Amino acid sequence: MHPILSMALRRLALGLLTLLVISIVIFSAVEMLPGDLAQEILGQSATPETVAAFRKELGLDKPPVERYFSWLGGVFQGDFGKSLASKREISELISGRFANTMFLAGYAAVIAVPLAVVLGLMAALFRNTWFDRFVNVFTLSTISFPEFFVAYILILLLAVGFPFGLALPFGLLGLWIAVEGYGAMKENFKINKSPLIPVVFLLIGIGLIINMVMGFMGVENWNPITKEVRAFPSIANISPESSLADRLDRAFLPALTLTMVVTAHMMRMTRAAIINLLASPYIEMARLKGMSPWRVIIKHALPNALAPIINVIALNLAYLITGVVVVEVVFAYPGLGQLMVDSVTKRDITVVQACCLVFAVTYILLNLIADILAIATNPRLLHPK
Amino acid sequence: MTDISDPSALSADAEAPRVAQETARQRTLRAFRSAPITAWLGMIVIAIYVIVAVFAPVIAPYGEREIVGDQFELRSAEFLLGTDNLGRDLLSRLIYAARNTVGIALMTTFFAFTLGGLLGMLAATLGGWVDQIISRIVDVLMSIPYIIFALLFLTVANTWIGQMDNPSPWLYTAALIAIMALLDSTRVYRLTRAVAMNIVVMDYVEAARLRGEGLFHIIRKEILPNATAPLIAEFGLRFCFVFLSISALSFLGLGIQPPTADWGSMVKDNATLVSFGEIIPLYPACAIAVLTVAVNFVVDWMLHRSSGLKE
Repeated sequence: MHPILSMALRRLALGLLTLLVISIVIFSAVEMLPGDLAQEILGQSATPETVAAFRKELGLDKPPVERYFSWLGGVFQGDFGKSLASKREISELISGRFANTMFLAGYAAVIAVPLAVVLGLMAALFRNTWFDRFVNVFTLSTISFPEFFVAYILILLLAVGFPFGLALPFGLLGLWIAVEGYGAMKENFKINKSPLIPVVFLLIGIGLIINMVMGFMGVENWNPITKEVRAFPSIANISPESSLADRLDRAFLPALTLTMVVTAHMMRMTRAAIINLLASPYIEMARLKGMSPWRVIIKHALPNALAPIINVIALNLAYLITGVVVVEVVFAYPGLGQLMVDSVTKRDITVVQACCLVFAVTYILLNLIADILAIATNPRLLHPK
Repeated sequence: MTDISDPSALSADAEAPRVAQETARQRTLRAFRSAPITAWLGMIVIAIYVIVAVFAPVIAPYGEREIVGDQFELRSAEFLLGTDNLGRDLLSRLIYAARNTVGIALMTTFFAFTLGGLLGMLAATLGGWVDQIISRIVDVLMSIPYIIFALLFLTVANTWIGQMDNPSPWLYTAALIAIMALLDSTRVYRLTRAVAMNIVVMDYVEAARLRGEGLFHIIRKEILPNATAPLIAEFGLRFCFVFLSISALSFLGLGIQPPTADWGSMVKDNATLVSFGEIIPLYPACAIAVLTVAVNFVVDWMLHRSSGLKE
């Protein structure tokens, strides 16, 4: 068999096995609960006869192993059982929210993945310059910040203080570049060799000019997505009826928060993967034959660094699926994470169980896809001896 | 991360005889003197946090749970940062929270290290089926993000505690610490096992085995001393992770329970103020962020030193 296929099949089997074990852990969590589930659902006022009948209906009178398999069978058919708190079908509660969570995660991923890869490549190309150092400090701090801190800072800058809030980060960035640029110029004018300087200054200039013009025109809250005069909404309360543009607008701040958190990880790993490779003999060879540094990285380093980069991207996408929990709560976004947190507060174990399982399946599937992609892009495996 | 499990990471200790002429004190002094400015900054910040946490009752102008004013009072000479949603002095709560949040995170990290470190060294020393069983359990626990398991286990634990007669609020904290320590010990286990695996194949461990030394002698006297450098750096990283996770759980209302002052839940309680352009809710979040950055700075320096890299 082709080595890629056999390896992929092995990973698939391993992933399914892990899922099976996880489902057992999640199932036994309910078993560990004190008291009787039927009593909990019906409440204290139920007569013993009704409880007994209900137990039979739920299948609680059967041994745990049998119940586990019937629960698993139900899950495969989309039947997660009933919520303890609201008595509603869990599948009803979950379906719309799961779509919302995937939408938010996808939104963030569409911004974050290209941004992280390009930034990582640039940091590797301009390593040990001021650009690299700035990106390094910036990403290290976003990793160290709690997600809700990033979220509230964004609310302050982009929703409440818009657009003048933008002036603060731009001002700080400008100041920092001025200080850093002066130091670098004093060194040996190295800074002039980097094509990024004019680009960054141009961006800052444009940002400041837009800010000033908007200020003069009395336009205080101009939203670039909806082209309306208002700030980004700080509450992402979308409903099933919202249009795509409306969703994109309302979910912008949560998506931006997630982007900032995951971009940091992905960008650092991309940079590390590329820099690791730059010491290899074939890179030196490419350099010695006179290739431009950018071409060396794209043509020779990137294909070999793809496996770790894909892995890290998938890990972060998987993180996005679960990292939404905090962000959804901050922005009151109606997703699966918010439902899960609400259910934990209400001790609604069956809903928690269902959310856990959905999150676990998504996470493991994404990791599986990443594993297989990483194997498939491995140049050594593509050409078996 | 990879450079820790690398055998060359242990070279600092392997070279110990060369610098043995120096006393331990001189060596420490030399290390501190060569520390970069970021590491110094980190150490100073950590020292300030420790002082604030230890002397909280002396520094704080009011009590932790004392209601001293109206809800959401503005900054004044009386209340330097204003009051919170229940009329408690925000500055005092900020100071007391240094004790609670950092203390609980430290305790959790400590338990995670005791459990994960011990199991990791056991697995590396014994090998065979012990290693297999522990490693597979850890694989399962690590196969999905910690927060999913944390939420599941917290629900179960809180339901148990909720059904007790007159449960003490400390039980919830104890459950939180136990669950987070268990989930975090998996990462400690992986690292310790990897580091210890490189040590158990050394000749001196073999010699100790042939001498007939017991299992715990080998772990304590042969493996542990050679694994400390990477483990200490890892302690800092794990602390940051646990600290952020517990803060996130508290922010969600599932971590440290009120009325205990805690940075995560303080952000949640006062979050409504953000929509009025007020930055008060960001002070506790900022306190979390500054400590994490400071610890990261110090850990960066220690990792750099123990990896034997020169500038």
